[in-house]
Amino acid sequence: MGGRSSTGTGPQRGLAWLWCVWAVATVVGLLWFVWPLLVDEPPEQFLPGPTSHGHHQIEMACGACHSDAFGGGEVLQSACISCHGDELKAVRDSHPKAKFTNPRNADRIEQLDARYCVTCHVEHQPDKTEHMGVTMPEDFCYECHQDVAEVRPSHDGMGFDTCASSGCHNFHDNQALYEDFLLEHASEPMFKEVAAIVAKNAPQYHRQLPPVTVADAPAQIDSAPEVLNDWQHSGHAQAGVNCSSCHADPEAAADALSWVASPDHTVCASCHSEESRGFLAGKHGMRLAQGLPAMTVAEARIPMHADSAHLELSCNSCHSPHAFDVRRAAVDSCVGCHNSNHVQNFANSPHAGLTENPAQPGSEQVTCATCHMPRTTLPNGRVVVEHNQNANLRPNEKMLRGVCMNCHSLSFSIDALADPALIDSNFKGRPSVHIPSVDMAVERDKNRAVKPSLYN
Amino acid sequence: MKKLVAALPLCLVMVGCGGEAKQSGIEPKVYTDSLFAVMKADRTNYTKMIIKRLGPAGASAIVPDEHWEDKPNGAPLPAQMFRYGAEAVAEMTSDFSYSLQSLWPVNSQNGPRTEVEKVGLTYINDNPGENFYGEEELGGVKYFTAVYPDVAVAAPCVDCHNGHKDTPRTDFKLGDVMGGVVIRVPM
Repeated sequence: MGGRSSTGTGPQRGLAWLWCVWAVATVVGLLWFVWPLLVDEPPEQFLPGPTSHGHHQIEMACGACHSDAFGGGEVLQSACISCHGDELKAVRDSHPKAKFTNPRNADRIEQLDARYCVTCHVEHQPDKTEHMGVTMPEDFCYECHQDVAEVRPSHDGMGFDTCASSGCHNFHDNQALYEDFLLEHASEPMFKEVAAIVAKNAPQYHRQLPPVTVADAPAQIDSAPEVLNDWQHSGHAQAGVNCSSCHADPEAAADALSWVASPDHTVCASCHSEESRGFLAGKHGMRLAQGLPAMTVAEARIPMHADSAHLELSCNSCHSPHAFDVRRAAVDSCVGCHNSNHVQNFANSPHAGLTENPAQPGSEQVTCATCHMPRTTLPNGRVVVEHNQNANLRPNEKMLRGVCMNCHSLSFSIDALADPALIDSNFKGRPSVHIPSVDMAVERDKNRAVKPSLYN
Repeated sequence: MKKLVAALPLCLVMVGCGGEAKQSGIEPKVYTDSLFAVMKADRTNYTKMIIKRLGPAGASAIVPDEHWEDKPNGAPLPAQMFRYGAEAVAEMTSDFSYSLQSLWPVNSQNGPRTEVEKVGLTYINDNPGENFYGEEELGGVKYFTAVYPDVAVAAPCVDCHNGHKDTPRTDFKLGDVMGGVVIRVPM
């Protein structure tokens, strides 16, 4: 028989082996790249570079920003807006996309395409990333406002790198910085006559249940005496919230088999939806919002206490389970983890002095939460606590209207927030800097030539 | 110089399998004239029926104010309503765009920026009652650009613009052309 052997000759067999090795190596290589994406757990080598302080918590959830593999800038823009859009609307964004889509601005967007967030906030570029995640040179205002001195002679000679760094302007949020607002609040005293925060009104908006004192946990559940004691003295017990309200699966019988030992934030959200929304939107809960394991203190990029490094951030991290002591959550929980100078100096600050004075009404006491997780009033009148800590943190101008001006004048507040040393000392003393924006507004108004209109 | 553009098809429809082309649609001028008619009607009605009645000379329950969002009873001014409409339209379509501009803008960003805007705004001011039509290329796209006069139709228009601290002109009278509505259609 003269046919070819199916097993081949010696050299042919060697070639076949090489093909096999190549095929296996190709498959393994492909799997190495593709498998992590398929299971949605991309390894760190997929990161083109470290992300900014605002996104590092969720940098391993690539899909949070890169929501579609087949898209360009619009996909990223959509991701930005899905997380930050509501906040931009709430602060009446001074530079919304709609301002730049008109063709008359075509030449401007060739220089600075302000239609897209990523023009100024490029991720994975730590060498170029400045304050507030901005990756644009500080004088970017020049591109559209180079002739500002023509209508504002007072601005003649000012550097364009000082527009946003001087305490006068913010690219997005100018709610407390626009000229007529400065004028309206120009002559206020440093301390408001009644310096107080908005009062709680939760009972008016929650279902009223009679208080409970007897725990309804199944007999098989071994509840420690201190747990029962904490719960019996908690707001939950006062509001009729029993053990089963949080620990029992609402879809199953409240027995030991379906008992949830450690309810997560989704259980809290069933009653505290607004607080949960804020928590998940802020740095404390944004990992949970993306389906990632909870943020740990060790993962923070700001000064934290080493002995708290192992702690995870959930609702229970700050609100001690069963006691749910809001006073503890307002100060002790914060200083238990955070370790900046500002936090360390809180105990000796004028603000803390108010809180320690037993004669001071609760509405006039100041805690960490008073400023960074303040009470806000929803459109329906319900007072809630803003649990997105970043909504009142950076840039600190965003604290002016919602926080500082509850008790202080606008001018004093602007100066105080522009003084890093004063912030470090937790406002022990007076501002050492003065931002002249209010003075400039007053001066310009004094010299106005035309009779004021009734409409502005 | 008033420019009238020749009939330009807004769309080209391919008819039948043979690919025979048939031009259809409306002229850009008719299109922008129609858009302006709606804008002008809404703008005039809002100014006369709402702002004039609610303003300082009328009821005080709701107060038109430039910073209406900061007033518990504030209502946006006509020019602001117009701008909000333009921005909302921009979010819905790029088939046309419009804006309110002036040779004497309260906000300097609303002054003319392109050559057609400059010529158009000057033309409607020098020729009351007439519109201006032109073409221009912006960002690599050709546009049919129409400029329509924006006239002071009620006392609040004049009072607000003459009395604003940022106004470059303080002698507007009822019936004056205060600015122009610029409508653009990509060609």
